[in-house]
Amino acid sequence: MVLNNIEKLLEKYDNGETTLKEEQQLKDYFSQETVASHLEMYKPMFSYFLENQKEQFTKHVPLKTKKVFNYKWLSVAAVAVLMVSIFFSKPFSSEETYSKEEQQLAFNQVKASLELVSKQFNKGVSQVGYLEVIEKAGTQVDYLKEMNDPMGRIFKN
Amino acid sequence: MTQAEFLNIVTPFKDKVFRLAKRLLVSTEEAEDATQEILIKLWNNKKKIKQYNNIEAFSMTMTKNFCFDKLKSKQAQNLKIVHSNYQDHSVALQKQVELNDSIDWVGKIIESLPEQQKLVIQLRDIEQYDFNEIAKMLDMNETAVRVTLSRARKTIREQLTNTHNYGIK
Repeated sequence: MVLNNIEKLLEKYDNGETTLKEEQQLKDYFSQETVASHLEMYKPMFSYFLENQKEQFTKHVPLKTKKVFNYKWLSVAAVAVLMVSIFFSKPFSSEETYSKEEQQLAFNQVKASLELVSKQFNKGVSQVGYLEVIEKAGTQVDYLKEMNDPMGRIFKN
Repeated sequence: MTQAEFLNIVTPFKDKVFRLAKRLLVSTEEAEDATQEILIKLWNNKKKIKQYNNIEAFSMTMTKNFCFDKLKSKQAQNLKIVHSNYQDHSVALQKQVELNDSIDWVGKIIESLPEQQKLVIQLRDIEQYDFNEIAKMLDMNETAVRVTLSRARKTIREQLTNTHNYGIK
């Protein structure tokens, strides 16, 4: 009776249609000392499955809690350092200001020297003034062109 | 999440991960390394662990993919190691020596099966998962899982019958 049932289960089992409960029944049956001789070949199969269920993982797993260094923060730090350095370096350059009197003095000095330059320059310009005479003479010589005209006529004939 | 909390989540299925890895990688040491890797990956992503609705199934899928990667890697192709796991099968030795020998045969037969069949046999017959869970883990549909399982079981049975009757019939 039991054997009949087992045989039916085995057929279902081979077709992959058994439920987990039915498979447990089969495993229980085949873990007995004696099984029907024509089903003997199933015995090692099921005892293999049962045996392999017992194997355990014993190796220790090192679980690190230490955080990995985050390079993102490096850039944040770099930007911060940059900002601080800019903030502190700016006042040094603007500190080199002159007082009003000094500015006035410098302005006066520049003005005086520029005046000197322009005076000398004007003097030079007045000395070169006689060049205008040459220009006048140049225009007076223009009538020579008219002489070219009759000469051309002569050469043509 | 503290280490204790993490271990509480992981402990129920870490042996299953190990056995699945061992089924695929054969060598105990390789399987231990793989399991360790998987657990460390889970630990490193512990913030996301709450988002997974089924951590166990997720880990099994991870294990499967990790082992496939391992098998495909150059290292595995260049170097073929014959794994002989010397260990004491004292549980099985309580039975007859003859039986123990045929149990080893089952292991050898399963080892010679295609990877997909190995996986299904491992998940169903050893770890006793539901079909829909297996389907989710392996990214297959349930019918395909059943078919694969049926093929694997039939192959194992036939080969066992052959070995069992060898020289007798």
